[in-house]
Amino acid sequence: MKNTLPETTPFFARDRDWHPPAYTPGYKTSVLRSPQRALISLEGTKSEITGPVFGHNTLGEFDNDLIINFAQPGESAIGERIMVYGRVLDERGRGVPGALVEFWQANAGGRYRHKKESYLAPLDPNFGGFGRTITDDDGNYAFRTIKPGPYPWPNGVNDWRPAHIHFSVFGHGFAQRLITQMYFEGDPMIWLCPIVKTIPDEAAIRSLVAALDMNASIPHDLRAYKFDIVLRGRRSTLFENRLEGN
Amino acid sequence: MVQPLNYLKESPSQTAGPYVHIGCTPNFAGLHGVYDKDLGAGPMVNDNTRGERITIRGFVYDGVGNALKDALVEVWQADADGFYNSPSETRGTADPNFFGWARCPGDMTTGEFVFETIKPGQVPFKDGRLMAPHISFWIVARGINIGLNTRMYFSDEEEANAVDPILSRIEHRMRVPTLIGQRDGDILTFNIHLQGEKETIFFDV
Ligand SMILES: [Fe+2]
Repeated sequence: MKNTLPETTPFFARDRDWHPPAYTPGYKTSVLRSPQRALISLEGTKSEITGPVFGHNTLGEFDNDLIINFAQPGESAIGERIMVYGRVLDERGRGVPGALVEFWQANAGGRYRHKKESYLAPLDPNFGGFGRTITDDDGNYAFRTIKPGPYPWPNGVNDWRPAHIHFSVFGHGFAQRLITQMYFEGDPMIWLCPIVKTIPDEAAIRSLVAALDMNASIPHDLRAYKFDIVLRGRRSTLFENRLEGN
Repeated sequence: MVQPLNYLKESPSQTAGPYVHIGCTPNFAGLHGVYDKDLGAGPMVNDNTRGERITIRGFVYDGVGNALKDALVEVWQADADGFYNSPSETRGTADPNFFGWARCPGDMTTGEFVFETIKPGQVPFKDGRLMAPHISFWIVARGINIGLNTRMYFSDEEEANAVDPILSRIEHRMRVPTLIGQRDGDILTFNIHLQGEKETIFFDV
């Protein structure tokens, strides 16, 4: 039996120095969207310790296959075929089962299928660019997609995003809610990107770079990238709630 | 040397970016045919949900008072009796007709978000005192590097608000109204200000 008993304790304090600060002038949009007053600390109450949990019946059959989930029957998305796999863990190193993971990305040319996107690279009629899955009992997840392309964006006069996949993750408590991005091993664009550079610590940035894993690749079909995601851990219940005299 | 603690570090946050809708609300973004409906979209209640129906409306404003057109807002709340529909809820069983979580993208033209829900019951603080009815909010958008946590309390709960363990510990009293949804009939208006004079109180939860 692991992770089957629901946990009811508060989460570890968030290390705010490890995350990007709100105000990061190199990423211009953050300037007017960053709170400037101190956050008020709120040691987890029931409202933060609890959170929604999604059943596997939430998912459609092809939600974890971006190569075909938007494609015409018999067709598939254009680009380098890859699988992204890994575990959702918490800071104690335990797998998080039943975690809903959502992902979205640009196509192989770096173009998003979105009304407000105007990059000149073409849309791929067979690629929508989104999917989702739920982790298994050990916290494992996997999905199939094509490798997204880098794309230019309006910030500096010549800023480009490295190839990346956006992730939205639900753990078991609302305080674990996280959105982040995955980058690809060996991409020189990572270190040029103002959004990547909002993260102050190089080790933290490296923790978002997925590793090429040839052992998990499927010969003559696709290559694999491993990307583990870490959510906040929960405090132990040892000696907690023990009233004086008891 | 000492023994290593062997904790992992939380994955650092990155902005949801301008295309968060593609991943989180694809039907809203015009991408149909993959998900039947967007997760967390639509009314949070059905005919059998217990509790008083309310509608929450609001905008997310930037530091110069422009409403964001690309924010995504999520809410999490207890049912009418103060129970959360979560495996970590150990005090009782929540209303099976109330999931308690929803998400709404700001309207692409106006930026307004809307939640059709019920007024939550009171939930105890860790020392047993009751917290005033409140709904947890989480806001992400392009330009927001890490999701912002806040709470909406209710303007028609003055007595409970006055003794709420969270509200009553806030030092700068003039900022407390940023956490209060203004009730008019069944409508609660709750605007979120990311920055400036009226900056909303955000929590490190
Ligand atoms: Fe992106």
